[in-house]
Amino acid sequence: MFYGLVILYSAGQTDIVTQAQGVWYHQFIWLGVGLCAAWVTFKTSLRLLEWGAPALYGFSLILLIAVLVVGTGAGTAESSKSWLAIGSHRIGQPAELAKLAAVLMMARYLSGLKEPPRSLRDLVMPCAIIGVPFLLVMKQPDLGSAMVFIGILFSMLFWAGVRPRLLFMLASPGISLLLAFSNYAWGAWMVLCFVLLLLWRPYVWESVTVYLANFVMGVVAMPAWKHLSPYQQNRLLTFLNPEVDPRAAGYHAIQSKVAIGSGGWFGTGLTQGPQKRLAFLPEQHTDFVFSVVGEELGFIGVLVALSLFLALFLILLRVARRASDPFSSLVVFGIIGLWFTHVFENVGMTVNIMPITGIPLPFFSYGGSFFVICCLCLGLAARVSWDSRMSGYTEI
Amino acid sequence: MNGFDAYQLGRRGTIASWLLAGAFLILIGAFFRTQVIQHEKFALQAQTNRLRAIPIEPPRGEIVDRNGQLIAENVPGFSVKLLAPKADSLRAVLRQFSQVVPLDSFDIEEALRRYRGAPYQPVVVLGDADFEDVSRLEEHRALLPGLIIQSEPKRLYPQGRAVAHLVGYVSEVTESDLATNRFPNATLGSLVGKAGLEREYDSILRGRAGVRYAEVNARGRLVREDVGSASLPAVAGRQIRTTIDLPLQRYIDSIWPAGVRGAMIAMTPSGEVRALYSAPTYDPNVFVGGIDAANWRLLNTDSARPMLNRAINGRYPPASPFKLAISAMALRRGLIDFDTHMPVPCTGVYRLGNRGFKCWKKEGHGSLDLTGAIAKSCDVYFYQVGQRLGLEAIIQDGILMGFRDRTGIDLPSELSPQFPSNLEYFNKLYRGAGNWSAPATTLNFSIGQGENDQTLISMIQFYASLAGDGKEPIPYLVHPTATTRHSTGLTEQQLDGMRHALIQVVEAGTAAASRHKDLLVAGKTGTAQNSHGKDHGWFIGFAPADHPQLVVGGIMEFAEHGTVVAPYVINALRRYILGPSEPTEMVRVLTDETVQGDSAPRPVQLPDSVPRPDTALRRPTP
Repeated sequence: MFYGLVILYSAGQTDIVTQAQGVWYHQFIWLGVGLCAAWVTFKTSLRLLEWGAPALYGFSLILLIAVLVVGTGAGTAESSKSWLAIGSHRIGQPAELAKLAAVLMMARYLSGLKEPPRSLRDLVMPCAIIGVPFLLVMKQPDLGSAMVFIGILFSMLFWAGVRPRLLFMLASPGISLLLAFSNYAWGAWMVLCFVLLLLWRPYVWESVTVYLANFVMGVVAMPAWKHLSPYQQNRLLTFLNPEVDPRAAGYHAIQSKVAIGSGGWFGTGLTQGPQKRLAFLPEQHTDFVFSVVGEELGFIGVLVALSLFLALFLILLRVARRASDPFSSLVVFGIIGLWFTHVFENVGMTVNIMPITGIPLPFFSYGGSFFVICCLCLGLAARVSWDSRMSGYTEI
Repeated sequence: MNGFDAYQLGRRGTIASWLLAGAFLILIGAFFRTQVIQHEKFALQAQTNRLRAIPIEPPRGEIVDRNGQLIAENVPGFSVKLLAPKADSLRAVLRQFSQVVPLDSFDIEEALRRYRGAPYQPVVVLGDADFEDVSRLEEHRALLPGLIIQSEPKRLYPQGRAVAHLVGYVSEVTESDLATNRFPNATLGSLVGKAGLEREYDSILRGRAGVRYAEVNARGRLVREDVGSASLPAVAGRQIRTTIDLPLQRYIDSIWPAGVRGAMIAMTPSGEVRALYSAPTYDPNVFVGGIDAANWRLLNTDSARPMLNRAINGRYPPASPFKLAISAMALRRGLIDFDTHMPVPCTGVYRLGNRGFKCWKKEGHGSLDLTGAIAKSCDVYFYQVGQRLGLEAIIQDGILMGFRDRTGIDLPSELSPQFPSNLEYFNKLYRGAGNWSAPATTLNFSIGQGENDQTLISMIQFYASLAGDGKEPIPYLVHPTATTRHSTGLTEQQLDGMRHALIQVVEAGTAAASRHKDLLVAGKTGTAQNSHGKDHGWFIGFAPADHPQLVVGGIMEFAEHGTVVAPYVINALRRYILGPSEPTEMVRVLTDETVQGDSAPRPVQLPDSVPRPDTALRRPTP
């Protein structure tokens, strides 16, 4: 967490006055707020959260709808309506709250089941829980956050004990959608689906549904593509080939990679990165904060940062395994899913292995609501860990 | 809920850990690839991102005359450039700029135009700023982001107007020059020679530009002006030594009558050009640091066309000086001798069919031999020589003697003379064999009129061969470019006879008034018919007549007569051979006592509908 703050401080030190100059200072304030929030959640019983989950979920949905009506674009997402503002004062991005709310709601629903979902019909409800905020976020449009909801859905279903083949069937239409742009890839994919469905022998109607869904997705892919707004199309296209448009759409992708690549093994030294200093690196305090790590601290710095994240995830995983009840366990694992999607997407995009979406990096990026939500999550996890230790639940 | 027993959780936990580890390995792999394996590539890209190359102009090589006197040199100067991220911000800075150092709207437009041609490069605002401007700009540096002041060698032509057509001028290379690769290794902003010796020997004179780097930020704003690392020093251009005699060149400039257009060339019989002058002239120094709009307009719209080098790009009817060529042809073919008299003595007019062709002297010269005919420039005599030769022979021999070819002088864009290639030429010109008269054309050609326009340098070349060994030298300023030499094909004896006849011109003939006792000059006057105004005057001569050291030729437009030109040429010869001690005042006196004109008849009048060969330079309008 402090590592993140130091980087953020450095990100603000450019030769040009940018709005990033003072953010490290603001983030200190948010740190204080976050710690208080974490303390509060730590003191809150999980039962209370389980009870309050539907209300929180409903509240966040209302906020998401509200944001669509009266939202303002700002900062890293100028063109999308993802901020909620009162008067001219922005108070946060409801999507961040919705992510946590969705985790809690999913955990509550899944832990209430007698058996893990065994068929596609059993998955309708979880999909709906995630689907509603997903669609609302897509509508903003905020592709990055939407992907996080998908991440949450799959990770929590997996942790609830849904068999991987069922998850595969759930995911297959999406993959079909992606492959639809190449006739050969799509054809091969359809054959593979057919073979797998024969092997696994799910219910007949399930097979038919999945296969049909794959088929439909493949067919509608092109019209759907045309429906996407040009900037989203551009981002996906420049992900595939950043050189298409080096001055405009591909600019972020290329500059980020240049900054990271010029870092080498040990980097240029904290606050010394010339690409960042001379403002070649865009959004260096929010979405591309990790590129600053890459440039200034080099590969070693990247390794340390990624190790810290991995360690965090493994600790959370242990907490999830030892949790005293399914709800807590699912909540903690949902947080892993949430963060992991963020980290993988954000870090991945700085080196162009993921498309560029405006999505923050937990504990690194500047941004009030997300930082506070992250602290809340930490508090939650700590509480779960505390509970399991108190209950004498032991790991085998 | 089932499925949350420790065993199953443990199993799923293990799978989850593996998935996490896998995902992080992918990320670490991607970073390793970018940061360690591709480090060099991206490090380089990062450098080019933030560094902008600023060219350092090399000092141009000096141009000196044969004694080492400077024709073109370099003095310290300043160039002021601006590095701007966008055209808009450049405009804004230029507005600030003009508060400190005034710029007119043309300068601003020009700077913007350059910027659009090469964005992200520093754009030259003042190519030649004086010290006062520079210090004022330095004071206001805070107001002018991206200001770069470079100390740069500046071209200076100490003799300015006297050498303009000889030395040419330099200016910034244009985009079309770069596109056609006229100047190898030149980059945008390089100074290149645009005319004269500067152009011809540009590759030697230019040297190689160096480079230094300035650091900019992502918006293209200048952050640091000099990044010490990785700068390349400029390589200076090399000096060229010419055959020019600068005192003579200056002398010609000083005696040339004001307001008269024309040219003068001085050359040794071996082809070394000692002076090359064209009037009106211009000051090549105005091009240094970029010529301003007013001067440029003035130079280009002036009806006297000061930028035209009349010595190599002006074509004039060769007139009487061409009679020597006709004589050489006839001598070579053995048709006449120096004491041959023509069957028809000169009575002031020569009858051909029902037409009369006049001699310039109304009362006639009587019966003359060749020497006398040259001395008196008798037209009737040469009509008959021409008839003996025939038009075809005149054309053939003219081509052999090089009257159709460029001389090959090492100056850019020398114009080739206009001379027919064969008789077909006339059929084409007049649209059919019936539309022109061969005998009349023959008579015209035999006195240097007709479809025959020569450049001054081409005529000088011919006279140099008469002054020398009969072979035409290749004129040169630094070293000859052509290798094939034309020959008059005359024997030593015949050459002696020619020289003797030319001495008679000055001693007793048409240019007798220009005679001086202390230097024996041989030469020939000429008066070129000009249907658009007063006739042009020629004089080509060499001295000392017995062992010639220098050939000087001059042409003055609208001078009416060759005898007007003769004193200037003779003074130039005297100055070169006798030295500067001799007085030069007689020029004015002599122009007043010209002898009666040697005037050829009007050329065959052509119908107006007949298109003439390129006449752009031949008939300058007054």
